Amino acid sequence: MSSCGAPEQGTALPANVDAGKEVVLNGKVTSGETPVGGAYVRLLDASGEFTAEVVSSADGDFRFFAAPGEWTVRALHRSGNGEAKVSAEGPGLHQVAVSVG
Amino acid sequence: MSREDVLVSAAWAEENLTAGGVVFVEVDEDASAYDTGHIPGAVKIDWRNDLQDPVRRDFVDRAGFEKLLSARGIGNDDTVILYGGNNNWFAAYAYWYFKLYGHQAVKLLDGGRKKWELDGRPLSTDAVSREETTYTAQEQDLSLRAFRQEAVDAINTKNLVDVRSPDEFSGKLAAPAHLPQEQAQVKGHIPTAINVPWSKAANEDGTFKSNDELRELYKDAGLDEGKATIAYCRIGERSSHTWFALHELLDYSDVKNYDGSWTEYGSLVGVPVEVGA
Repeated sequence: MSSCGAPEQGTALPANVDAGKEVVLNGKVTSGETPVGGAYVRLLDASGEFTAEVVSSADGDFRFFAAPGEWTVRALHRSGNGEAKVSAEGPGLHQVAVSVG
Repeated sequence: MSREDVLVSAAWAEENLTAGGVVFVEVDEDASAYDTGHIPGAVKIDWRNDLQDPVRRDFVDRAGFEKLLSARGIGNDDTVILYGGNNNWFAAYAYWYFKLYGHQAVKLLDGGRKKWELDGRPLSTDAVSREETTYTAQEQDLSLRAFRQEAVDAINTKNLVDVRSPDEFSGKLAAPAHLPQEQAQVKGHIPTAINVPWSKAANEDGTFKSNDELRELYKDAGLDEGKATIAYCRIGERSSHTWFALHELLDYSDVKNYDGSWTEYGSLVGVPVEVGA
């Protein structure tokens, strides 16, 4: 049974995921030029409602499987918080960068 | 029950790391988080490998639970403080599970691993070993656990609280957005369920909202305080979080967690399903 737990975060898609069907939001958390691992990254929908949360990898990477629409990605870290908006028209990879601090 | 009976703050936890009769337990679906650093002295429980039957879809039985707690060095008289990632989903699930098997002295660390990390509190990678105990569990308290027929029978008669995200409730998504969306079960929700996402019960840092905020949240969503309640989600862990809010924080008396949740209900043949908000 697949779980609600946090899968490993990274830029490479898992082999069982079809990027032609999934709306994938890929991104990186940074502070200045430095990647921030261990940040709590929250995906909020167009109304600001919480949808999902993952922890960024050691390289600051995170990934969500969403649906077409407007999304806000908000990162929390002990060094500070930050957020960015991303628009996904359809399936495929959508990049988003979030700066904290 | 008062809030202090069921929740401890991160500050209290840090002051009581070595207190006698207190055992910290990290519960996660992804047990590797524990290995990268855990609260000093905490033992770990793996949500799947330790709490689920390895073959059937069900829990480990009473003897299995006794064996697990004995091996972890948890005694019947110990106060267990549970915490974990994912905003305490799996810790809340374990809390409900401990209550199910009759362990009364159990509390959640408010905010779980997230609050602990955001506060910059200490984590340790030291191996933790506790002396083995002889733990005795009770038979499952089924007043806390709903099965599929009760979920069907609750349509139009009890409060059904679907705590998944609005997009999962309406049938737009089949799973939370950090997971792939190809799933076996149909999409939608149990007819007459209200949708109160678990996240509305929590602040951004993972701590629970105040009792006044929680009471207003469920009342505004249409929860009838005079009726029994069944909470469900996809696999029963987010609904444990809401079960905790309703039964432990707000003290509503007849609240059950339907741990089969949508992965079971959405696969049943012949039951009614509703889509849309």
